Amino acid sequence: MTQPPFIYLDYNATGPVCAEAKAGMTAAFDPPGNPSSIHRAGRAARAIIEDAREAVASMVGAKPTDVIFTGGGTEANALALLGIARAMGCKATLCSGVEHSSVIANMTDVDSFLPVDRNGILDIVALERRLKELPAPVLVSVMLANNETGVLQPIADIARLVHAAKGYIHCDTIQAPGRMAFTLPELGVDALSLSAHKFGGPKGVGALVLRNGVRVAPLFEGGGQEKSRRSGTENVIGIAGMGAAAKAVPKVLADTHRLLALRDGVEAQIVQLVPGAVIHGKGVARLPNTICISVAGVPSQTQVIGLDLAGVCVSTGSACSSGKVSLSHVLKAMGVPDEQTASAIRVSLGLETTEQDMNTFLAAYVPIVTGDSATSKMRS
Amino acid sequence: MPDFNSLGLPKPTAQTRVVVAMSGGVDSSVTAGILAQQGYDVVGFTMQLYDHGSATSSSKSCCAGQDIYDAKRVADTLKIPHYVLDYESTFQKDVIEKFADSYVAGETPIPCVLCNQTVKFRDLLKAARDIGGDCLATGHYAQRVMGEGGAQLHRAADPDRDQSYFLFATTKTQLDYLRFPLGGMLKPEARAIARKLGIAVADKPDSQDICFVPTGSYTDIVQKLRPEAMQSGDFVHVDGRVLGQHKGVINYTVGQRRGLGLGGEVEPLYVVRIDAANRRVVVGFKEDVLRDAFKLTGINWLGAGETIPADGFRAHVKLRNTQTPIAATVLPADVHGAANVVLDTPAEAVTPGQACVFYEGERVLGGGWIARDDAKAFVPHNMRKTHAKVAAEV
Repeated sequence: MTQPPFIYLDYNATGPVCAEAKAGMTAAFDPPGNPSSIHRAGRAARAIIEDAREAVASMVGAKPTDVIFTGGGTEANALALLGIARAMGCKATLCSGVEHSSVIANMTDVDSFLPVDRNGILDIVALERRLKELPAPVLVSVMLANNETGVLQPIADIARLVHAAKGYIHCDTIQAPGRMAFTLPELGVDALSLSAHKFGGPKGVGALVLRNGVRVAPLFEGGGQEKSRRSGTENVIGIAGMGAAAKAVPKVLADTHRLLALRDGVEAQIVQLVPGAVIHGKGVARLPNTICISVAGVPSQTQVIGLDLAGVCVSTGSACSSGKVSLSHVLKAMGVPDEQTASAIRVSLGLETTEQDMNTFLAAYVPIVTGDSATSKMRS
Repeated sequence: MPDFNSLGLPKPTAQTRVVVAMSGGVDSSVTAGILAQQGYDVVGFTMQLYDHGSATSSSKSCCAGQDIYDAKRVADTLKIPHYVLDYESTFQKDVIEKFADSYVAGETPIPCVLCNQTVKFRDLLKAARDIGGDCLATGHYAQRVMGEGGAQLHRAADPDRDQSYFLFATTKTQLDYLRFPLGGMLKPEARAIARKLGIAVADKPDSQDICFVPTGSYTDIVQKLRPEAMQSGDFVHVDGRVLGQHKGVINYTVGQRRGLGLGGEVEPLYVVRIDAANRRVVVGFKEDVLRDAFKLTGINWLGAGETIPADGFRAHVKLRNTQTPIAATVLPADVHGAANVVLDTPAEAVTPGQACVFYEGERVLGGGWIARDDAKAFVPHNMRKTHAKVAAEV
């Protein structure tokens, strides 16, 4: 049985490796050296890493020396939250209630979570109050773009508040590259996290990028690579792929207006065709590629399964590695009722998404959520 | 009229979507394998029922036990789509809590039947319908036979593997949608098919314990949920004498002889009755445990008509899965969903919380739950297996 062609609408989970990254990685296969070695083979491997470092730094307007390659986004977030807190002597950590689990998991107590409004935007007043209550310095972590809803946070405003309170601000920007223009100085943050596979690179490689002067303690000790901030022989091939993907980001950014039109078109049709459909975060600034919809009634996992069987890949927002689905903590934090949350799915678009794809998605989705799936299957 | 396929549906196999409930064990894997090989549009569903990390008392984890990964690997081998459905909260509410409540009330529950009744044949079955499934197949050893009045439940061809006892609560509507492709097969045949299909779990041992009690100690779970069931109380002889102190009602099952720690009587003592409300465990001699009449609640009727015939019926009944059926008369009770059973010969194995299942030859006519009876007590025979293991044979 061959797999039928399918439509991929889960770019926020991951996306295809772009041609540039493939070429970059292919070239990086050959040099045999360890980047730490003195000899020419080692230097060749080192050069690959440093080229990639420059490309990643340039993508986010930072200095190459402030880029630390990691084994992915989760590690970058952990390094930021644990490493900066230790190196800079932070007394407490705070984050929004809509952060990714890799941030939430590093919070030490229940008081660490800051409330958000019904669109998922951080309650600035609550942040200000907490900063006053807590001894300085406090480390605050707020994401730029939410992975489930695409909703953007006013990071620059948040950073100003945190800095006024002598705190540090980390920003999980993992969903942002290629979907919106941003730089570390514009955001005004002390550190930001990246994951290569969210912007056309390979899985298993990421980076923590620091504002110049911010220090970070390593998560584990070893050979002292990455200026003693992340030990272990560098993932040369993965890093080469990340660098090449970073160089290709401007091309992806140029496509966002097309995705925005596709997204708005399909959202308008859903609202028209499906009574009770809610688009979460509609009306506030969002990534151009992300749709989070719920229609109380049919459970999310049934929708995702039904769509998969129809050849359309979407997601429930937060599935664990077994494929088990839990209620989205993001929508919960936004105050969405459980019965609505239980029926939410995420549709996320990318470079290869076409209008035809969106029409196929709609044709499969609408009968599932309007309870017409059995008859639609018979008709087909 | 179109031809009927091997699952009794009027469609070509390729256009028949069969959802298979895959546990990761050999039987449900073979079920999926056979149907995939016959060319059906097979979709595998595996239920996430509890947090495996916390059940095995390691740190709380997001994810599943090894069985779910086994099921995924089998689905990969068979090249069928496979999905994990999260039923943790409903399993906790409808199976684990009820299991604990039943022990606290002095009964010996069968969680596997509760699970079939709620999570499996209510929720999973609905999900199968929602994704356009034409039927739901499981790896149970039982047979679904089409009769004049619709689908009937029959014993499996292999008497050693027969699981019809655990399926007594399946409703007619559920049975209509269900299929048991292994029902006509012997267990060694299933393993041989697994090897032929290259299924990785072909040599995996059969599961023995209750799935959510991986350590085999059901008392730990009950203790955590209902600590009151661990409170000690009196061992009372049927003649009224207090013989000593017991370690909490959950540690005893009607019929239990071993582990009571009571000596000095002329004959061995058995648990005759558990009076949970007064924290008393009543013990007596073997003749005290014989019983020939008892009441059932929660009747499920699978025979002709809507419910048990008004003038009752004759059947052979099983009071536990491994028991030889006993001839009996079953009469409807005044209360809806209840019945009275009169055995032709007294039995020792009348344990509240266990099922009494009605058989007419090979056919299952339904059954009900053995109710507590505070008037006179009764004891199952000296069991070779622990009741927990009996309960888990599904």
